[in-house]
Amino acid sequence: MLGKKMARHGLAIVATVLLGGLLSATLVRLAPGFDADEAQLDPHLNSESVQALRHQRLEQHNIFRFYFHSLRRAAHGDLGTSLSLGQPVSRLLRERAPLTLRLVGMGLLVSWTVAMALALSAAWLRVSAYDALTTVISGTFLCIPAAVLALLSVLWNVPGALAVALIVFPRVYRYAHNLLAKAYCLPHIITARAKGLSELRILFWHVVPIAGPQLLALAGVSVSIALGAAIPVEALCGLAGVGQLAWQAALARDLPLLTNLTILVTLVTLLANSSADVIGHMLRGEEA
Amino acid sequence: MKLWPTNFWRSSACAVLLLVVGLSLAANWLAPAGYAKQYRDATDASPSPQHWLGTDEIGRDRFARVLYGTRISLLLAPAAALLTTLMAALVGGLGGYLGGAWARGAMAVTDLFLSLPWLFLLITVRAMMPLNVSPLASVLVTFLMLGLLGWTSAARVLCSTAGSLRESDFVRQARASGIRGGRLFWIHVLPNLKPVLYAQFWISIPVFILSEANLGILGLGVAEPMPSWGSLLKELEGLVSVGEEPWKFVPLILLVVVVTAFQLVLSKQAEVAA
Repeated sequence: MLGKKMARHGLAIVATVLLGGLLSATLVRLAPGFDADEAQLDPHLNSESVQALRHQRLEQHNIFRFYFHSLRRAAHGDLGTSLSLGQPVSRLLRERAPLTLRLVGMGLLVSWTVAMALALSAAWLRVSAYDALTTVISGTFLCIPAAVLALLSVLWNVPGALAVALIVFPRVYRYAHNLLAKAYCLPHIITARAKGLSELRILFWHVVPIAGPQLLALAGVSVSIALGAAIPVEALCGLAGVGQLAWQAALARDLPLLTNLTILVTLVTLLANSSADVIGHMLRGEEA
Repeated sequence: MKLWPTNFWRSSACAVLLLVVGLSLAANWLAPAGYAKQYRDATDASPSPQHWLGTDEIGRDRFARVLYGTRISLLLAPAAALLTTLMAALVGGLGGYLGGAWARGAMAVTDLFLSLPWLFLLITVRAMMPLNVSPLASVLVTFLMLGLLGWTSAARVLCSTAGSLRESDFVRQARASGIRGGRLFWIHVLPNLKPVLYAQFWISIPVFILSEANLGILGLGVAEPMPSWGSLLKELEGLVSVGEEPWKFVPLILLVVVVTAFQLVLSKQAEVAA
């Protein structure tokens, strides 16, 4: 049954990527200026070369043929060439992905640590003033645009990963706080407390099995939030990662690069969500 | 026992929102000049009796721009939220009501859009716009784009609600009485979807305000000289320290106050939407 679930997730990922790819190819094909090719104006080219370039362009007129060619090239690792930077997209990704992965990874680690520490302490203490304080702190960060947090991190000379953490933290905290508060109100947990079980034992034996699968699902979603946060943070902090590349591509109207990046990030997001779902399923020990 | 009753916070938040909306609507009378008027002899000026919040780097009165920018953000974010709600009702509500393959199809489309990262999708669609769009068109395009792309989570909630309504006793009874199709949807299903639709509408507004601000700071939002909270916040990029020119933080403070007020007002709506 677990195999079936994984196969279903795999199929959903492939279908989403193929559909997303078609959508992206359509966007690139219909974007203003697609038919214009500066290379055809190059005086050094002879008429045969210009004719060959025109023929190549004509082949891309059919949207499905264009998509099929793009897909075939992608299957061989060729993601096309960036219009604005004049470099292969795959090379740009190889150069920039490590920084983004570090930034997002560190941001997620810090945000989850802070959010869980606050949510757990609020659930343990059950003091309304402390609960209100943590809610106000997270609520304040929730009301500040991600790009402003990125700008403030530049002003205060704070690492970009902390800005990502501050963007992700309130979203994680809000859900984790609600989940844990609900779990700690369950009758069997109240009974366990009344019987004098230690807080750690209650946490790991009674609360985690209830809230764990949903927290895992939240972990999958938080990857998507962190990747989205990487755009303003990298763009405004001057970090040469995938987020900054996406921003530069958007400003330069470099749609082939931008759509490739969107598909790639979608793939990472889907993988993270599916992994969280499958792990949650395994932990619950359920049969699908 | 709570120090302040919930209603106190909600009423205060409503009062703040009404005040800000009222001030922005009165921009024509309150602002010392239009949002694009340049005082070339007073560029990047500090606050003074003539310019309460100083002027920007090309001499435009910052107070006037904040008032007009607030008006644009606070009028168009609800318009985008309305569009989102209509799209969600169309895809999710109708899909859930029709059930079967329609519901599965609606959810497949919703899942596809949900899996695309929001900010990546926004900047990709924004990048498709030609470079020579007029400022007014850029305002409309930005909020139209937010409205057209932000319907997914609302559609999911509506699909599930409409699906359960379809199986409810009163709808079965209406169907048994011979009421079918559009009439059944219009008279029996839609009125019961209204609380969820209202909740989704109100919840979308602060989300769109923040999204527009993010796009504006990244230079992919409303085009100059039209002001919006996003374009006003772009000024923060040039700051060297926080204490240097604190009046430049007024648009940020206003935005945080308004979004916080929305969150306080919407705490009950969020429960309905869930």
